[in-house]
Amino acid sequence: MEIKDQRQAYGKALVELGRENRNVVALEADLGKSTMSCFFQEEFPERYFEMGIAEQNMLSTAAGLSLMGKIPFVHSFAVFASGRAFDQIRQTIAIGKLNVKICGSSAGMSDFGDGATHQSVEDMAIMRAIPNMTVLCPIDAVETAKMVKAMAEHEGPVYIRLNRNAYDNVTKEEDPFEIGVPGLLKDGKDVVVFATGIMAVKALEAAKELEGKVSVKVVNVSTIKPLNEAMIVDLAKGIKAVVTAEEHSIIGGLGSAIAQALAKEEKIIEFVGMKDEFGCSAKNYAELLEHFGLTKEGIIQAIHNVIRNQ
Amino acid sequence: MSRQELIEKLEKRAKVIRRHVIEMVGVGSAGHIGGSNSSADIITALYFYKMKHDPKNPKMEDRDRFLLSKGHAGILQYAALAESGYFPKEELKNVKKLGSMLQGHPDYLKTPGIEAGTGSLGQGLSIGLGMALGMRLDNIQRKVYVIVGDGEMAEGQIWEAAMAAANFKVDNLVAILDRNRLQATGPIKERFDTNPVIPKWEAFGWHVIEIDGHNMEEIIVALDEADHIKGKPIMIVANTVKGKGISFAENNAAYHNGILTQEAYEQALKELED
Repeated sequence: MEIKDQRQAYGKALVELGRENRNVVALEADLGKSTMSCFFQEEFPERYFEMGIAEQNMLSTAAGLSLMGKIPFVHSFAVFASGRAFDQIRQTIAIGKLNVKICGSSAGMSDFGDGATHQSVEDMAIMRAIPNMTVLCPIDAVETAKMVKAMAEHEGPVYIRLNRNAYDNVTKEEDPFEIGVPGLLKDGKDVVVFATGIMAVKALEAAKELEGKVSVKVVNVSTIKPLNEAMIVDLAKGIKAVVTAEEHSIIGGLGSAIAQALAKEEKIIEFVGMKDEFGCSAKNYAELLEHFGLTKEGIIQAIHNVIRNQ
Repeated sequence: MSRQELIEKLEKRAKVIRRHVIEMVGVGSAGHIGGSNSSADIITALYFYKMKHDPKNPKMEDRDRFLLSKGHAGILQYAALAESGYFPKEELKNVKKLGSMLQGHPDYLKTPGIEAGTGSLGQGLSIGLGMALGMRLDNIQRKVYVIVGDGEMAEGQIWEAAMAAANFKVDNLVAILDRNRLQATGPIKERFDTNPVIPKWEAFGWHVIEIDGHNMEEIIVALDEADHIKGKPIMIVANTVKGKGISFAENNAAYHNGILTQEAYEQALKELED
């Protein structure tokens, strides 16, 4: 049965990893039932460490485990995994290039009920700014499972942000995934949309709706760092109008990364994302995304803006 | 070798290590003299008595591991590593120079023998916990030794690690508290009091041993005692003197990260002569 929930896909993939590699271990800070690391606990209780609500200790402990040859996967909500333990990630894990894998679950607005304190708008920005860090944002559950595997094979620190909610997959099992390689979801020639996570799904929807009127190229940038700037430049070749879209602040995340990559090119760029503001509570995800313009319509508007301004 | 001979040998070695510290700091440039000298006897006992390690094979699997959680005393560890033979003693004079293998704080990638990067206080005990847990998973019968500072005890993460170590019954984790009673800005009792120390560690479920951190016999007895504690992590509270061994630096917060004049430098080396 097809999994549409990134967290479920992640949890399952982690268990599969654990079966293949006895050095994979998991650490949790009381959110296992949400991050779905609980699946790993069920199958490998001796390799699972409930660290209590103490994220900083959890990250540094993971560093220690990695120095013993383990591959620790650490879990919390994106806002805490990246923010609360930032120094621990930076000082020992990143400087030392340690093999710690950090799962920032319920990222962006996906934890719609809990409000601003639980909705990370800056995790990609701060993780991206750390040298030696790899930053991943899967487009859907299918890509999530491939990423987990790739994370374990990659040598060095990795941060992944996951969506809390289920939605239809747009990528297929047989689509290849490689860290660092952006995926062309749809070709086009009038405007190119670089998007990540659920916003890449919405970008595809926007492109489909504009068929016949505007030719929209859609690129899934699921590796935020390292960003293959040559590939980005190539994907935007011959197209002046660029839109970026992310469930994240427009400061420091995908938009900034794309703008940097295209800085020497003549482009007009429009950024779709959280406009330097915090989230808030809502009774459902769609309502919250709409409130902040993180929608198909928001991307269409951005496309019209950028074509008009070019 | 008799016990007395062993202790004398270690005391001689500690003096050499203190000399290396002063030589590394040199004249006119700030160095963490105080906090290095207070831990000097402890680190000597660890590297030259207690720990199983091989300077010619720093990554040997079956080794004890040492972490300097109070990473600003890095030059002390460099002295111990050089004396052990992890790298040539000539390297010591290059400490903190551009491109040097010896950085301002312990660097995992640049220096042989450094088990993890430290420098941001309060994190080393957690790293040690992770190593101890990893050893247990692989049935490696060795220990992790972590030196923490009493000023550093203000960091909340120390207490997260303390709770976790007790929860996990990590009896292969031995913490040593360099209790020199001073922090950078002055005496802990006046600046930010982290006392009472012993009741806190006992309340957190650790086996606590209190010693004179400059009595080599007490140090090795405590390290040996730690081998026999089961089911609890061990905290050796070592009462020390910041700047021990150098008259003008002893108990003087100015030498937390202090500068030596040419006179002071020569005076210090004179006091550390054999």
